[in-house]
Amino acid sequence: MEFLRPVSWEEALAAKAAHPGAVPVQGGTDVMVEINFDVRRPEALLDLNPVRELAEWDVAEDGRLRVGAGVTYTRLIEELGDRLPGLAQAARTVGSPQIRNRGTIGGNLGAASPAGDGHPPLLAAGAEIEVESAERGVRMIPAAEFFTGVKRNALRGDELIRAFWIAPASGPQYFSKIGTRNAMVIAVCSFAIALHPERRRVGTGLGSAAPTPRRATAAEEFLAAELDWERRRPLDPAVARRFGELVSAAASPIDDVRGTADYRRHALAVMARRTLTWAWNDYAPGRKVS
Amino acid sequence: MRVRFNVNGSEETVDDVWEGESLLYVLRERLGLPGAKNACEQGECGSCTVYLDDVPVCACLVAAGQVQGRRVRTVEGLAEGGPGDQRLDPVQEAFVEAGAVQCGFCTPGLIVQAHDLLNRVPDPDDAEIREALAGNLCRCTGYEKILDAVRLAARRKAASR
Repeated sequence: MEFLRPVSWEEALAAKAAHPGAVPVQGGTDVMVEINFDVRRPEALLDLNPVRELAEWDVAEDGRLRVGAGVTYTRLIEELGDRLPGLAQAARTVGSPQIRNRGTIGGNLGAASPAGDGHPPLLAAGAEIEVESAERGVRMIPAAEFFTGVKRNALRGDELIRAFWIAPASGPQYFSKIGTRNAMVIAVCSFAIALHPERRRVGTGLGSAAPTPRRATAAEEFLAAELDWERRRPLDPAVARRFGELVSAAASPIDDVRGTADYRRHALAVMARRTLTWAWNDYAPGRKVS
Repeated sequence: MRVRFNVNGSEETVDDVWEGESLLYVLRERLGLPGAKNACEQGECGSCTVYLDDVPVCACLVAAGQVQGRRVRTVEGLAEGGPGDQRLDPVQEAFVEAGAVQCGFCTPGLIVQAHDLLNRVPDPDDAEIREALAGNLCRCTGYEKILDAVRLAARRKAASR
């Protein structure tokens, strides 16, 4: 095994081009587990910790946030929690403080686990992933097109994840996750919702409920048409119920050690209803329904 | 490969490190610092918690090569003074006095994590203590005496300021 330590983004891209089999490592919270347990023996590790620009974020000209792939969950919560509440909620459920101090959304995207906590909020917010190669330059990939299979993503062998682009929340956002305890849990299933009042659109993201994280597009369209964006009237319980059914129907879960497919379908409907209720109560204050 | 880094204030050079090796292995097996414990090797238990550039991390999930040129502080580096004249950190003292140690295996990780909490939040409430220690497993104590120890250390540190 080789250990590659580029100190700039250009060097990192050159190293990845020269070693397409190299596995990038940021926090190591996925990669090192696989190496410790001998389930993976890559030809090289590509340490991205020294690439300083990856640990930075800024506001782009179009108003979106461009968050470097090396920004840790802890920093995301502290520095961007107000602008990205859905993603910050998901980040708070990742592992433990020690894991959040090292783990990154970039690493989450690289691992592309169907259960990755960061993915549903990225889908709900309509984020884009910026990837780059030395030869072909930058490619922007919508989050909804990034996940291609179980632990597979759209990256080519010579590409690295540079950042993700995401608009600051324009409306309420929520994330919900099922697990046996609060800390150190891989999601049994998870759900994210984002209301986009300025466009009268709804975003969703399902986790651990299909081979890849995915949106529930029929549920999004149904809800966007049913919500009373103008007068902000209370949520009709029948609409919330139908939304839950449509979210559940968008899943293709399996039975595994963490839960059954039936349970996941049930839990998704409950989480969808619940997070929608929280979000709508935020949007239409003083008209709460429980 | 060769890795050079600072451990508890001392510059160390370690040779023949395997590229897939963890920081935890280097500390325990190559540098003779067995304080950080090796239990789960997957970041689930917190027994190997150490500071990396002042941030607590699981040493089992840091590749050894990633600490090149960086600073690591282990539980061995928390006490002040040298041999014969060593004074435990208030967090260590509180763990002893509160009876927060039974088999002792989880203790070093809990102490580093609690040490960091009290540096960031001098007067934590119980929810903050529980959240900070959520990634450190103890199978003996039932955690109550550990919480007592953190509260005691917070009081001691406040009184000494």
